[in-house]
Amino acid sequence: MGRFVVPLALFAAWWAATASGAIKSYQLASPRDVVRELFDLAQTGLLWRDLGASIERVALGFTIALTLALIVGSLVGGSRLAERALDPTLQAIRAVPSLAWVPLILLWLGIGETAKITLVAIGAFFPIYVALVSGIRGVDRKLVEVGTIFGLSRIALITRVLVPATLPQLLVGARIGLTQAWLFLVAAELLAATNGLGFLLTDGQQTSRTDEILVAILLFAACGKLSETGMRWLEKRLVGWTDTVPV
Amino acid sequence: MSVRRRTSGTESPAARIRGLRKAFGERLVFDGLDLDVARGERVAVLGASGCGKSTLLRCIAGLERSDAGTIATAGEIGVMFQEPRLFPWLDVACNVGFPARDDAERARVPSVLALVGLAHAARRLPKELSGGMAQRAALARALVRDPHLLLLDEPFAALDALRRIELRAAVHEILTLTRASAILVTHDVDDALAIADRVIVLAGSPAEVAFTGNVGETATRSAILDALGVIENGGHARVRGRT
Repeated sequence: MGRFVVPLALFAAWWAATASGAIKSYQLASPRDVVRELFDLAQTGLLWRDLGASIERVALGFTIALTLALIVGSLVGGSRLAERALDPTLQAIRAVPSLAWVPLILLWLGIGETAKITLVAIGAFFPIYVALVSGIRGVDRKLVEVGTIFGLSRIALITRVLVPATLPQLLVGARIGLTQAWLFLVAAELLAATNGLGFLLTDGQQTSRTDEILVAILLFAACGKLSETGMRWLEKRLVGWTDTVPV
Repeated sequence: MSVRRRTSGTESPAARIRGLRKAFGERLVFDGLDLDVARGERVAVLGASGCGKSTLLRCIAGLERSDAGTIATAGEIGVMFQEPRLFPWLDVACNVGFPARDDAERARVPSVLALVGLAHAARRLPKELSGGMAQRAALARALVRDPHLLLLDEPFAALDALRRIELRAAVHEILTLTRASAILVTHDVDDALAIADRVIVLAGSPAEVAFTGNVGETATRSAILDALGVIENGGHARVRGRT
């Protein structure tokens, strides 16, 4: 019960401030306006267009990031040679705040879908990559020995020991990666978009419609929360065997 | 050049080691060690910490590459370590069945679980087991391929006194039942006397067999302690040369 106190108080303050006229609607829309705007957008179909466009970009960018992180992470985690060749460069790239790549990406890829999806993929890639490499490095050598004693082939050792042992870390990385994907989506859509939740934000700003901005913010929050919950559910289902407190 | 091979035929011993040489960098652990374990024989290997007991076992198990000499073992090997080393993502039955290569070996899982007294815990995850139960599961896993030779590396060391006695009795019973040969590496004279037919003591650097004797004959408690360099003093043992 206690955890609802602060949100309810904030909501009441919001409602009171806007209903009394203490805050003007061009500064902050009232809860009623926000709900009405949400219904209007849903009725005209714009809501589904923007929501769909954003979800599609996150899904595509995240899938690309996951695929690349699995390939590169397995290489770097599994081979010292690949680690020496690739890891320093990747760590250097990681040190650059990813949004700093935006101008270059826009120059190279224009302002179309490819640029947005690329940006989302960059954001999601590094958390997954880092988690996978440290997961592979951290596999208990003693468990690998058990596989060796029973004469497991290299492939069997990977599928039966290394993959399950790495999975908990990988899933944590994927969860953080997905959160990052949403973050980078906002940046991508704020820069240049004709649809998507980020477009709702810019559109609301340009037309001084705080109700539209708040709808977009609420939808971002809902999408972020839903994907986080989904990933946690997946972790519970797949790696419930871990003997640690979930982070 | 080192040679490892599996021999067959009823005449060959369970394990035959000839001229084993193993070094870690500058440190020579073995330089020409010989050891035979007969079919059905249970040998306990004792020695001070770091004398090479575990290295010997790891060489036989194929976890360490020897630098020279031959290690020949007859048939299947089962290994049990100081820690259970169960796969945390598999339940007990799947852990025990992990080494199984065919349906016949998989079909042995329920019987080996019953043998170690874990039939009721088949669906539990390792995180739900006590230390003693986990070690029993590890024993069952070592048995699932019906090994001719069991390698036991300090299997009771991490257990409290009561669990230790229980598991020791269980191992003894199972070895008698399966008639498997065993090499037990331990630092505990009581473990050795409870399980082994023959006790050998490794000492020196490089390590050599400093003592060998059959339990019930020359391998008495005091003879073993003497070979280990321990003086018994009114029930309190201390290492010779230390005060």
